[in-house]
This record gives sequence, C-alpha cells and structure tokens, in this order.
Amino acid sequence: MIRFRIIKREPLPGWAKIVIPIAAIIVTLILSAIPILLAGGHLWKSYFYLFHGALGTRYNLLETFVKASPLLLTGLAVAFAFRAKFWNIGAEGQLLAGALTATALGVHLGSVPPVLVLPTVIIAGFLAGGIWASIPALLKTKLKVDDVVSTLLLNYVMIHIMGALLFGPLQQPGSSWPRSPAIIEAACYPILLTKSRFHMGILISFLAVIVIWLINTKTTFGYRSKAVGVNIRAAHFGGINTTAVILWTALISGGLAGLAGVGELCALQYRLIMDISPGYGYSGIVIAMLGNLHPVGVLFSSLFFSVIIVGGQTMSRMTGVPTYIAEVIQGMALMVMLVFLLFTEYKIRAVRK
Amino acid sequence: MTNTDQPVVRMSSITKRFLDVTANKDISFDLYEGEICALLGENGAGKTTLMNILFGYYSSDAGQIFIKGERADLSSPRDAISRGVGMIHQHFALVPSQTVLENIIVGTDTGKGIFLDLKSARRALTEIQDRFGLQVDPEARVWTLSVGEQQKVEILKALYREVDILIMDEPTAVLGPAETVDLFKTLRSLVKQGRSVVFISHKLNEVMEISDRIVVLRGGQVVAERKSADITTRELANLMVGRELLESIEKKELPPGRPVLKIKNLNALNDKRLPALRNLDLVVRENEIVGMAGISGNGQRELSEVLFGMRPPVDGFIEISGKPIKLGIPAAAIKSNMGRIPEDRMDTGLLMDLSVEENLILENHFSAEFQSYGLMKSKRIHRFSDDLIARYGIKSAGRDAVTKSLSGGNLQKLMLARELAGQPVLIIASQPTRGLDVGAMEYIHQRILQERERGAGILLISEDLDEIFTLSDRIVVIFEGEIMGEAPAAAASREQIGLWMSGVNA
Repeated sequence: MIRFRIIKREPLPGWAKIVIPIAAIIVTLILSAIPILLAGGHLWKSYFYLFHGALGTRYNLLETFVKASPLLLTGLAVAFAFRAKFWNIGAEGQLLAGALTATALGVHLGSVPPVLVLPTVIIAGFLAGGIWASIPALLKTKLKVDDVVSTLLLNYVMIHIMGALLFGPLQQPGSSWPRSPAIIEAACYPILLTKSRFHMGILISFLAVIVIWLINTKTTFGYRSKAVGVNIRAAHFGGINTTAVILWTALISGGLAGLAGVGELCALQYRLIMDISPGYGYSGIVIAMLGNLHPVGVLFSSLFFSVIIVGGQTMSRMTGVPTYIAEVIQGMALMVMLVFLLFTEYKIRAVRK
Repeated sequence: MTNTDQPVVRMSSITKRFLDVTANKDISFDLYEGEICALLGENGAGKTTLMNILFGYYSSDAGQIFIKGERADLSSPRDAISRGVGMIHQHFALVPSQTVLENIIVGTDTGKGIFLDLKSARRALTEIQDRFGLQVDPEARVWTLSVGEQQKVEILKALYREVDILIMDEPTAVLGPAETVDLFKTLRSLVKQGRSVVFISHKLNEVMEISDRIVVLRGGQVVAERKSADITTRELANLMVGRELLESIEKKELPPGRPVLKIKNLNALNDKRLPALRNLDLVVRENEIVGMAGISGNGQRELSEVLFGMRPPVDGFIEISGKPIKLGIPAAAIKSNMGRIPEDRMDTGLLMDLSVEENLILENHFSAEFQSYGLMKSKRIHRFSDDLIARYGIKSAGRDAVTKSLSGGNLQKLMLARELAGQPVLIIASQPTRGLDVGAMEYIHQRILQERERGAGILLISEDLDEIFTLSDRIVVIFEGEIMGEAPAAAASREQIGLWMSGVNA
C-alpha cells in the first residue's frame, strides 16, 4: 500500500518566486472550469468572454485599470503593514475614513482656490486613513491590545460613523437617502483618457507601488520596519524605537487605504453613498497575500483580481453564468496560492507500507 | 553491559545533502544494546543531522537504516517512535500550561473512546518513574519546573512511548553542574535496564565521563571510533578539530586603568516580578576582565539585560566612562559605546531571518556614514560588511546570506563583529561561548583578550568556571542578586569560588 507524507523540503532557488505565482494562476483557471461547468456555462466561451471582457477592447482594458486602482492601494496598505507584523485587517474602515474626509472637504471647499482643493483633499484623505489606523497601533504598542481584533472592529465603528453622518450633517439637503451632496468640480480627479474612466487616481496607485518599493528597499525606515517584523525583540535590542516604527507603519498603511477611498469618491462616485466600497479593504488582504507582500506582487495580483471582476461581468452577460462565479474564482486563487506557498516549504513523498 | 554482536541500530552509508552542503557523507554508525554511545563533533559536523535521520525527521539521500535487524524506511518521527527510537532535542516540546502527566500522554491512545483514562496513565507513569528513578510530580504544571526537571519529563515522555533507543541532542547544554550529575545517573540506570543511548555532545569531559564508546564526526564524516577507556581527552580534542589546540591562553600583564563601568545600588525584578538584583555594586576598569561566576538564575540574566537597556531597573545608578546613562533604553546603551553580547544570540542578539549585512548594520544604520535623509548608502554599507566578514572570518555565502543559515560559531562571530566594530570602551559578554565548539570558543577567547589589550573593560558573565579562570583578572561571584565575594583571579581558589557560588560566606 502506498501512503503519502508531507515532509520539509530544502529552500527553493530565486526563480521560484516568479514561477510559483504564475503557476498558481494557471492552476486557478483550470480549477475554475469546475464551477463554470456546474453553473451550466460553456467552458471555452466563458473563458473567452472572461478575458475579452477584461482586456478585449480599449474601454474594457481601461475599466480593468479603474477597478484595479482601489484593490492595488488596499493591497499595498495591507502588505506594508503585514511586513512589519502589524496585522492591519482594517483597510476597509481606513478606506471609508478617506472617502468620508474627501467628501466633507470636497463639498465645502468652494471658497478655496481651485488649484489647492484636490491636493488638500488627497492629503487629508491620506491622513484620515492613517490616523484611523494609528489608533489600533497605539493600542497595540501602549496597551498590548491585539491588532487583528482592534483593526477589524474599527471597520464597523467607521461604517456606523459614516451612516450617522450620511443621515445627519453630510446628508444631501432634501434627500431621504443616505447620500451626500456632490463634491465640487475642483475636488474631482481629472480623467486622463477620453471616452473612458481612466483617472488620475490610477496613476497615484501605480506611483504608490514605486514609493512603497523604494521605502522597503532603499530607506532606513523600510529596513527598520522589516527588522521589527522579523523579530521585534532583537530590533529593540539593536536600538530601534519599535513603537515609532509600528506607528509610522500604521500611518502609511492606513493612508494608502485612505487614498483608495479618495479615489473611489473623487473619480467615480462624486458623492458619498453607503456602499462606496464593495469590500475593497477585505479584498486587499487577499491581494496582499496573493502578491506575497511584495509591492510588485501586489500590483500583479490586483490586476488579476480586476481582470476576473471586470471580465466576470461580461462572461455572465454573454453566457448566462452568474457573476458570483468571479468571486468563486478569486477565492480559489487565494487557496491555490496558499497551497503553492505551502509547497515552497514542504513536499509530498510517497511511502510504501 | 550486555553488548551482543547484533547492533540495535545499524545505519549504513548514510548521505544527506542540503542544497550544496553535504551534511552527512557516507556515514556508517552502529549502536549496541545497553551502551551509551557518544557522537562527538564540532558544531556543523553533522551529528544532529545524522540523528534526525534516525529519528525520521529528515530522509537521507542515500543509505539504509536497520533497527533491531529489520530494514526501516522512516518517513516521520512517528514511524521512528513506533520502532522504539526516541529523540530529545535541545529545545523541549512541552506545553508549559499543562501538567506533566498531560504532556506525557499527549498524542498517545490513553483511555476508552473519547474519554481520557488519566488514572491508568498515571499508574503506568509512576511505575516507569520508580523503575528508572525519575522523580517529577505528575500533577505539576510544566512552567513551574526547572530546566532539569523539564528534561526529565521529556525522557519520561519517550519511556512512556516504550522507546528503548534514546537519542539526546546536547542534553547538558541547558543544565547546571548538579543537574548534569543527575542526568548522568538517569542515563546509567537506563542502559543498565537494557536501553541504549546516543549522546550528542561537543563537551569532551562529559563524553569521557558518560559514554562507553565514542564516534567522532568531522565535516560530515566519521573520523574515529574508540572505546572511551582507550583514549585521552587531548587525543579526542585533536580528532574533533583536526588540529592541535593551544594548550593555554597567553595573557599579557596589564595594570587596570580608569573605571569604565560603575554600578551602584542596582535593584531589578525578574520576569515573575520578584527581586532578581539586590543593591548590587560593581566596578570594571580599562584593560580589565571581570569574570562573574554564579549558578544560573542568580540574577546574571537580569544584570546583563539592565546593562543592555532591555530591562528597566527598579532603582540604581550606572555610569559608563564617568557619565551616567539612561536606563531601560537600548539605544542609550549603544550610544555609551558599549559592546553587548547577549546570552540568547538567536532571540535577542540577531535577526535570524535577515541577511548577514542587515545584522551587521543594525546598531549604526542611521549614522551619517550609512545614510543621508533616510536613504541608505548601499555601497558604503556593502564595503563595511564585506570588511567585517573578512576580518572576523565569518563563514557564509556572502553578505546577502540569510543569517539563520550560519553555524553557531559563525553566528557568534557575526555578533562580535557587529558589537566590536565601534571599538567599545566597555564590553558586556554574557555566556559568550555557550553552545560553541572548541575551535570557535578559542577564537572568541582570543578576541576578548585582544579587546582587553586595546583598553576595553570587559564584564564576562559565564557559568563556565574554566572560562572564568582562564580569562579573568578579577572574579566576582553573584548569588541571589548580590555580589557574594570577590578575588583577584591569580589568588582565587576554585574551592572558595564554589563556596561563594552556593551562598556560603567563608
């Protein structure tokens, strides 16, 4: 009889870091055949429309970037925090904090010179997300409150703050819906390409990839946050102010999520509504893991996610497969990736009994 | 002894590679019933790897294993245990919050269906304890036990699983002298009753004392196999390191200079919030090595942690080169130009998952030499780390190698390289050679003496009396957080130091 055992393997060479995610995506797509067939879809047609819908036309391709932007920012936010072992599960709340601040300013900054409006909105949105994230960071460093729990629960606090404001001071006069008035034009992100929704926020999110990569690899702060993530005791011994590192990490992480909120508001919705985010903050966690916490990895995993989301809509329209198949594929991608990452450390061996 | 011709374990032509390192090269090893066989070798000689293969933890690339005459294809420790092979690693696998009994029965089929049968388990355990003289209270929570008692629990765990071939990986590394004597008694009673023991160690005296037969490994190969009675400690040492060792260390006469460390009235608590240091006073001068002897747990750890800035004291005053330093802040200790060698280099001293270079620059990465406006000057950093790697002979795959791939001796060289790079005025070295092989130990001792000649004051905290006597100019003994006694090394007798260590003021 043959039995299988999981045993440790020797460390893999460097190229594995590139090959493994690609292999994971291919395996995901192969496995996705199962739910597509179960839903009664035609396999090749479904795959064709999935990719055609996301990449096939100029408009669709640009829409894929539009969708990728918030996913990329929340993914970076989570990856940056996780690298320092600050377990930020609260990107959703930080995104909402950014959107909320952008709304408050975007509605009321009419008397400010128009050139200054957008920079003010962006910086304030970043800070709002960052400050919201630094609350659990303070609780963690000063009172040893578990960051997973506190970041997660603060999401609900922020949802309810937003609800209270949208039914109160921020509600559009005369409306009975929980929605804000539209922001002024000077607070809107410019659209960069005609006949599309390709906006400035997409460039901001790409810029964020480069900035985070530079911080991680070239700066003393990136070095310190890595050291804190690897072994906080040894980092402390080495003279690093670990409290400051965690606070700054939280500020930057939350700030990135806040920027995602600013982008959704100032480029797409123009007014705050309760479902401004379909869970981008939570998707950010999956995307960060899928991208192995590396900024470039996060870039590709957010693009992959957005292809599935945008293409999934076309697929559903053209073949009658329900749209939630796209979510099934996303979930599957994470499972496959986690299994693949497991096999970078372990292997299966057949044993004869 | 009941040695028969048939070995209980026969490992033949075992080869094991890790990437490009061959840890075991065509090793054959036999173990006979009722013997204690020592596996002797420097760190990285392949002792633990070989035994991990016998324990089913690693699989070998080539070679065969026979246990009690039967071919054994081991794919997990569970396989090995079912064939009677047990291994006790240096780091115990116990659940601190559970009782001894609970720890022992975990993973075994104790009871009926889903119900535990603690009563019969306890009866079986008591029987084993009486038989081998391993007295530990089965109801005690593991965290309340001393290290020596925890080791007994590990041995009981193995015996409870009916293990008759016991592998012990450097079992004395964590033990004090009295506990070691106790362990040896246990091992002797085990072999007397037909069990067989493999004793992995690099301590020559212990190996000579406890083992019947000695197998020496060097560089992944067996270099010698002798009966313990037929060989001297010196011969063994040469076999192990492959070269003649320096007989003794040369030390220049140097009069001590100005005080570099003054500790006054220091009081500190331990992790359980109990007093660990009581009104401790101490002075260390330039060109002077002060050796602090004492039985472990008498405040040495807390003292070094206070000096490192890792533990804020309750009360007290510390002056370095005549200036008081802020307490409880590691950065302040670094700024005072103190070289700090902590006893737990893998948890506190080094960032094992970062590269060699990232460890070397830990304490001065923010200096103007290595960064401007927060951007790291990578060229200078590379030059700095390449220079230190070469000067200290740190064996690694280069500055980008991950630190956890280094051997114990090279980890300590890395630690020294970082801490001595800034020519410290004061060096606090806590157990600097614990767990190191003879070659690395000798290197560390030479470095410490060089630092003394350069002018540094050195506080050497060690549980190794040989080390204390070889290196120190002055010996102080710590007992229950106080300095029990003090004597110039030349005039101190081991007997006197031993009395002070046990709290006898004679």
